[in-house]
Amino acid sequence: MNWQTVADALFPQGHRIVERDCFLSGEAQVGGKTVAVIGTTEHTPIGVEIALAQATAILDTVRTHPGRAIVILVDTQGQRLRRRDEMLGINSYMAHLGKCVELARRHGHRIVGLVYDQALSGGFITSGLIADACYALPDATIRVMGLPAMARITKVPLERLEELAQENPVFAPGPENYLRMGGVAEIWHGDLAASLERALAAAGPDDRRAELGLERGGRKLALPVATAVRTGSDVQAA
Amino acid sequence: MSSYQEATARQRIAAMLDEGSFEEFLPPQKRVISPHLAQLDAPVSFDDGVAVGRGSIDGRRVFIAAQEGGFMGGAVGEVHGAKLVGMLKRAVDEQADCVLLLLETGGVRLHEANAGLIAVSEVMRAVLDTRAAGIPVIALVGGSNGAFGGMGIVARCTNGVVISEESRLAMSGPEVIETAGGVEEFDARDRALVWRVTGGKHRYLLGDAQAIVADDIASFRAAALALADAARGRGTELTLEALEVEQGMLADRLERFGGLEDPLEIWEGLGIAEPHAVPLLEIDAFRELADGHREGAAP
Repeated sequence: MNWQTVADALFPQGHRIVERDCFLSGEAQVGGKTVAVIGTTEHTPIGVEIALAQATAILDTVRTHPGRAIVILVDTQGQRLRRRDEMLGINSYMAHLGKCVELARRHGHRIVGLVYDQALSGGFITSGLIADACYALPDATIRVMGLPAMARITKVPLERLEELAQENPVFAPGPENYLRMGGVAEIWHGDLAASLERALAAAGPDDRRAELGLERGGRKLALPVATAVRTGSDVQAA
Repeated sequence: MSSYQEATARQRIAAMLDEGSFEEFLPPQKRVISPHLAQLDAPVSFDDGVAVGRGSIDGRRVFIAAQEGGFMGGAVGEVHGAKLVGMLKRAVDEQADCVLLLLETGGVRLHEANAGLIAVSEVMRAVLDTRAAGIPVIALVGGSNGAFGGMGIVARCTNGVVISEESRLAMSGPEVIETAGGVEEFDARDRALVWRVTGGKHRYLLGDAQAIVADDIASFRAAALALADAARGRGTELTLEALEVEQGMLADRLERFGGLEDPLEIWEGLGIAEPHAVPLLEIDAFRELADGHREGAAP
């Protein structure tokens, strides 16, 4: 989906977002307040440059606009699969981005992620998934890895994986599976601007995803197991 | 010398902690298994591939986790991730002196893809919460599977990484890159190349690992405790200042080395006169050479 269309719908009170090499940054108005916007577009792979650019924009916001809310617009095919990015330590660039978002949270910035098109694995874990809460549009796709590579690693035949990707909640790329598992807080239909305003108002620093996954039945063991370990008790079946 | 690489997860924990002090949380006797593996006819494990618990090292109250590389490559599924999260939260509840993460993992367990991805994200946030509570978290990377994928990111969210020459730390595995980009992009069977790109020596030289040790459990323990103590001394939590320093280091790295093809060229760029000799150096000689040239340790 075209990022301008999404931005116009999210920010009817106005936005100044610029795209440079598939990296989005700028600011917008939400409910009469200015928010910082960062993101990516055209399913761009997240390489070291774009991870660093996003991190730089986050730190600039923390320094220059204390407390300003941050909206992360997600559209990526995942981390860039290049030997050169690995050589440069792409995991460190990704971790740096994640830590910058975490720092912003600790400094009181509310952070909302929105998968408006595509999200994949490494590009997602340090964008939408590190926000206070992540939302998705109905046609978004979220997945971990392309199926051919997954078949090679897992030794599960490609045909079997293709079959599972049709509807199995653990494999299928639709946002509703992530919703049931708690990874996506809500799928936005209709008025995106009102949804965003509500999401920003509701954003908070606690990670509630395991709780939501249990409530919604998509991850029945994550919270009970973590709680059992934490409290030294047995796992309470859902 | 007691090989870290050849030990199992529980052997590593036992040798890392004071003798007999390990108390495991949710041990295998509880038989909590993955709910997702059966549909793929994949084997399950009664600990889901990770042991978590607490113990002591020389009077320190240490919380510890060790991933078992022998089970699905140490990959993180729903239960595996939840055990890590629960342990980290309990470390905060009980004000542990430090947390040691003995990582050996391919990252997200692809057999439970979506659930595994969210689990890794929860581990990442729990690590950062633990640091924010004033507790140092140290990653140890010494298994033959290394630490990859989302857990390669998590490793770099800790207060410090201890790695061995033999082990590896990266994000996408060479096989994944070769499948996506062809053998000319990354030849996953070229072991020397794979080690130059992802191996402990390169990570140490770049500043992505804060300590490099021989493949010996006692050496891992000593280096991890030293990093934990140093982190406690300067503050374990994220700060704007420390992240600015890290950003400077990463920007500088990109500017200096972004156009290069092979780690050998980076090592040369760091001022190492004979980069071809680096892979052959014994650990002490390597450290002596590297410490004159390596990039500053990141937060």
